[in-house]
Amino acid sequence: MSKTEIPLWEVFIRPRNGLAHKHCGSVHAADEVMAIQAARDVYTRRGEGVSIWVVPSAAIVASDPEHKDENFEPALTKIYRHPTFYDIPDDVGHM
Amino acid sequence: MSDALLTFLLRLADDHLILGHRLSEWCGHAPMLEEDLAMPNMALDLIGQARALYQYAAEIEGKGRSEDDLAYLRRERDYVNCLMVERPNGDFGHTMLRQLYFAAFMEPFWTMASTSRDETLAGIAAKAVKETAYHIRHAGEWVVRLGDGTEESRRRMEAAIDALAPYVDELFEGDAVSAEMTKAGIAPEPASLRAEFDRTVGAIFAEARLTFAPAAYAQTGGRQGRHGEAMGFILADLQHMQRTYPGATW
Repeated sequence: MSKTEIPLWEVFIRPRNGLAHKHCGSVHAADEVMAIQAARDVYTRRGEGVSIWVVPSAAIVASDPEHKDENFEPALTKIYRHPTFYDIPDDVGHM
Repeated sequence: MSDALLTFLLRLADDHLILGHRLSEWCGHAPMLEEDLAMPNMALDLIGQARALYQYAAEIEGKGRSEDDLAYLRRERDYVNCLMVERPNGDFGHTMLRQLYFAAFMEPFWTMASTSRDETLAGIAAKAVKETAYHIRHAGEWVVRLGDGTEESRRRMEAAIDALAPYVDELFEGDAVSAEMTKAGIAPEPASLRAEFDRTVGAIFAEARLTFAPAAYAQTGGRQGRHGEAMGFILADLQHMQRTYPGATW
């Protein structure tokens, strides 16, 4: 029997039309057809979605956790990038 | 008429209850987590269909019995499921092949029943047809990969084909009950579903490089309540709670 491991796939579900696909977990499957089925069976049992994407986990390029400080810390002190410094007239209502 | 309709509904309901129970036996034992969810998902589809059918059967019978009474408190000889659904699960490939066979039989059945003159049955069929289409897809993809997979997976699929072959023909049996249903425009004659079944299974087998070898003889008797040795054990499991704690509810 072959000892090849079954590949891992990342699963993205779109909860409703108009929304973006969101990462929700991963499944093991031999190929892309089985991966979609596994994702359907594992992640949409409670009506979570209307569309599924699967991507080979090996195809994901991730940022290096070691670069966390230089990547993300500089943003923490730049609060002026948040759009919270505008006065919005009451008539505009909820934005 | 209502006698035949009741028998017809019980046959259909028993098929779904017993196969649903068999599939549910995999829960916690599947070869991988993904299938540990997929098989109970299918089991729940089948048990849901069985519930709807038992509810309707109880209503047609009109003797005050509930769906639970019909599902859990009849004797073995009163169950009229086909023999294929009560067969032991065997290995994973065997279970997938049995699921493919049953779903390939039920899909054309539900499709035709969705335009039944019986509105209740038509409603049950409309929901079931989508669930059944997925069962064909799921089981079929596995049959393709196991049939055209490794030497061992192929050997196991071939063994499963041989083991299940004697139980295929019974699916398509007709009798006075099915004739009456057909005449009344309630449900298709089982024999008329054979061509579609052969097409569905044939296409999947071709992809899996598997060949269907008919059995030397066909088993029969389930529709008359004559079951194999496995049935008593299933009912012991299935009925234990209701017999120990009659009327127990959630």
